[in-house]
Amino acid sequence: MENENNKDRLNIVVVGHVDHGKSTIIGRLLVDTNSLPKGKLESVKKFCEKNSRPFEYAFLLDALKDEQSQGITIDIARIFFKTNKREYIIIDAPGHIEFLKNMVTGASHAEAAVLVIDANEGIQENSKRHGYLLSMIGIKNIVVVINKIDIINYDEGRFKFLKEEYNNFLSKLNILPYSYIPVCARDGDNIVFKSEKMKWYNGQTLLEVIDSFEKEIVDEKKPFRMPVQDIYKFTAHDDDRRIIAGTVESGVARIDDEVIFLPSGKKTQIKTIESFNETQQSQIIAGMSKGITLKTQFYIKRGEVVCKTSEELPCVAHTFKVNLFWMGRFPMIYGKKYKIKINTNREIVYLDKILHIINASDLTTEENKTQIERYDVAQCVLKTLKPIVFDLYIKNQKTSRFVIVDEYDISGGGIILEPIKDEKSIVDKHVEQREFIWEKSIISPQMRASRFGQSPKFIVLTGTFSEKIDEIAKNLEKDLFDIGKNVYYLGSPKLLSGLESDFTTFDREEHIRRIGELARILTDTGIIFITTIVDLDDFESELLRSLNKPNEIIIFDLENILKAKDDIFILNTNYDVDTTLYKIKNILLNKNIIMEYYI
Amino acid sequence: MNRLEKLESLSIYIIREAYREFKNLCMLWSIGKDSTVLLWLARKAFFGHVPFPLVHIDTNFKIPEMIMYRDKLAMEWKLTMIVGQNKKALEEKRTFPDGKVNRIECCRLLKSEALKYTLSGEFVRYKLNLETGKYEIWENKEPFTGVIVGIRADEEGSRSKERYFSPRDKQSEWDISEQPPELWNQFKTDFAPGTHIRIHPLLDWTEIDIWEYIKKENIPVVSLYFNQGNGKRYRSLGCWPCTKPIESDSKSLDEIIFELKSGKLKNIAERSGREQDKEDGGTLETLRKEGYM
Ligand SMILES: Nc1nc2c(ncn2[C@@H]2O[C@H](COP(=O)(O)OP(=O)(O)O)[C@@H](O)[C@H]2O)c(=O)[nH]1
Repeated sequence: MENENNKDRLNIVVVGHVDHGKSTIIGRLLVDTNSLPKGKLESVKKFCEKNSRPFEYAFLLDALKDEQSQGITIDIARIFFKTNKREYIIIDAPGHIEFLKNMVTGASHAEAAVLVIDANEGIQENSKRHGYLLSMIGIKNIVVVINKIDIINYDEGRFKFLKEEYNNFLSKLNILPYSYIPVCARDGDNIVFKSEKMKWYNGQTLLEVIDSFEKEIVDEKKPFRMPVQDIYKFTAHDDDRRIIAGTVESGVARIDDEVIFLPSGKKTQIKTIESFNETQQSQIIAGMSKGITLKTQFYIKRGEVVCKTSEELPCVAHTFKVNLFWMGRFPMIYGKKYKIKINTNREIVYLDKILHIINASDLTTEENKTQIERYDVAQCVLKTLKPIVFDLYIKNQKTSRFVIVDEYDISGGGIILEPIKDEKSIVDKHVEQREFIWEKSIISPQMRASRFGQSPKFIVLTGTFSEKIDEIAKNLEKDLFDIGKNVYYLGSPKLLSGLESDFTTFDREEHIRRIGELARILTDTGIIFITTIVDLDDFESELLRSLNKPNEIIIFDLENILKAKDDIFILNTNYDVDTTLYKIKNILLNKNIIMEYYI
Repeated sequence: MNRLEKLESLSIYIIREAYREFKNLCMLWSIGKDSTVLLWLARKAFFGHVPFPLVHIDTNFKIPEMIMYRDKLAMEWKLTMIVGQNKKALEEKRTFPDGKVNRIECCRLLKSEALKYTLSGEFVRYKLNLETGKYEIWENKEPFTGVIVGIRADEEGSRSKERYFSPRDKQSEWDISEQPPELWNQFKTDFAPGTHIRIHPLLDWTEIDIWEYIKKENIPVVSLYFNQGNGKRYRSLGCWPCTKPIESDSKSLDEIIFELKSGKLKNIAERSGREQDKEDGGTLETLRKEGYM
């Protein structure tokens, strides 16, 4: 028996303006390659007779009842068929503008596209918009089908005219279609069988063309990128492995390779490649969903990208230029908080600047728009709260594409063109503005603090075990209070029930932002303000540092999560209360945060 | 990577994504080949473990071999095995085999309703005790908000319109016209409170992929799929009153795969042995809108 495990499968999307014949083409492909289940064609024909409607190949696809009643394809559908060469999944994407999000969904899972144009109606708005979106989604294999050639009497002149007109448009998008085919889908001309009616056309049929599409060269040769999807430790199941799980987007990594986690910058080597029910692997390759274990154990979060130190590294930036396609019910506006999802990372993002809106049908640009509306394609600048990791679109499509979530809905998608360097972060901008308008008191924080023999300080304790750090923080407050310091400890639950009672679900970024703002006020009164935050990362500590400016912060890390700094101390005290307190108090003394100190 | 490796990789990615994003997550296990492949993929995704409960809806009319096989694997693989049932309908004998309702209504009661209220925690749920091998009432009454389901797009019309992550509203209805966009590998994972999500990691798999994968990975499947010497085997498993075996001599995985590819089953729909599909062209669509898979 032939082994078909290796038989290739290609996803194809069929797009084009509504009624230009997409469904008919697909129906015809299925019928002429004998791919329909037995009896299907007959039953649809019977259905048409019963309802006195003329038979349409498109009906074959309209498996859904409510679709047939509306008479339009409302969603993407997957259709399976095969040729001698390989198998196909055809993704049927509707042409109506309201269903553009479905078209984009369909196309983003495709490796090749068939663009359909009605020979009679000619190039319509959606013919162009779809072409534009295909270029943005990144599909390289494209064939243009000029359909309904029967209506224009199989006229070569009209075919050539349309071909030239459309090619002009596509070339501006850097799309070079594999070919243009004149077809009559209804009769099957040049779909699977060569047409007798167009002797002037010597090219391939549609089926021959899609069979000759080359699969995109795999991403194995590009630098290694594995976004961390999750970190697993199934201790409860007697499994001590700490596995970093993810799908490799590009490249290859082997055991012993030195890897770097970005944006945190932590480095180590790969210890093992992990999988289940497989022989021990020594490498992990683009496309695989497996796991790795590391030689050094350190704190890692989902969303970081594993790269190899020996290869070109991706960009890490909080400000970047993108091409964005917007599908949201509400326009994208300035000042609103959105989420960006890129690789496995999710970050808060703001629209920073609309450079221009591109009219997808004539490629003209509009400069002075103040918001991005539904179905707009925009070139704009986005700013994230924390830096994100990405590659440039020209270098690696997979790690440069992103979606934007508005409230709960994916509302936009796009590709990153380039990072913008030396830009102020969102927080820096905010603090600058805040300090500018802050009405300053005549009494400085230092004046207030010197009364108590202390300097004002924002103290943060972090670690993985929240009860333990809370206990240490409370004891620290008590010890400092007992020696006459003006000190205040605030635990996260207190904040949540009061200042954060507006949260419907816990919003960590906002939580940290509020603590930072609160610290700025409290330290201004000259007190030592103590709080705890579980698993603080480098960017969050930077965020707190910035928000608390011009006052000072000091962070104690009990888990070795952070990079040590002037104001970040790693305490390897194993959460022991007494030793930790002893160490903290000594540091406070050395740094002149508390002036006198009796043990 | 070959075709099966690619399918496996995407499915694992989707399962891991679901595990990451949903606190109250479960996987439906119908005991059939598809959801067993799904279960296997979960074991691959989590390196031999299955970190969420498996939910099985017992209609009380399942072929006995199926139940034995379910419990055997659950013990062996240390699964958190949860079973639910529409006790009331069964007690009142409102079933097709009892002659009180038609096939569709029977499916609706024993599958759709049973599933809906088992997921919501309103029906009593039973959990397999891995020490004793017995089922005990499960104290946890929290609803599952994320449900991983092993449907395939090639099965029949309506299924081909699904997304990998497909939201249902509070009535677990499926609104086909308002499906969220899914771009590349970015799925909808942000929800208004109260939304339920069906996750479909097998959407791109075909029946042949399933069998070839079972063979490649050596996954144990119920013996009912194979001809036991009487010239019959099941192609699709369900309740015994409504699922008939097909005429087939296939005794092994290789024979099944051959039969599907080039043999007599090449152009015959997979669920042709299921009687409820025949009563009305839109049955599955209706059942699906109500939440049955
Ligand atoms: N004359 C003619 N009509 C066609 C041809 N292909 C499709 N049509 C008709 O064009 C209409 C729209 O086709 P359909 O496939 O539903 O378009 P879609 O909206 O792009 O999927 C239908 O009425 C078809 O019968 C063709 O080659 N010649």
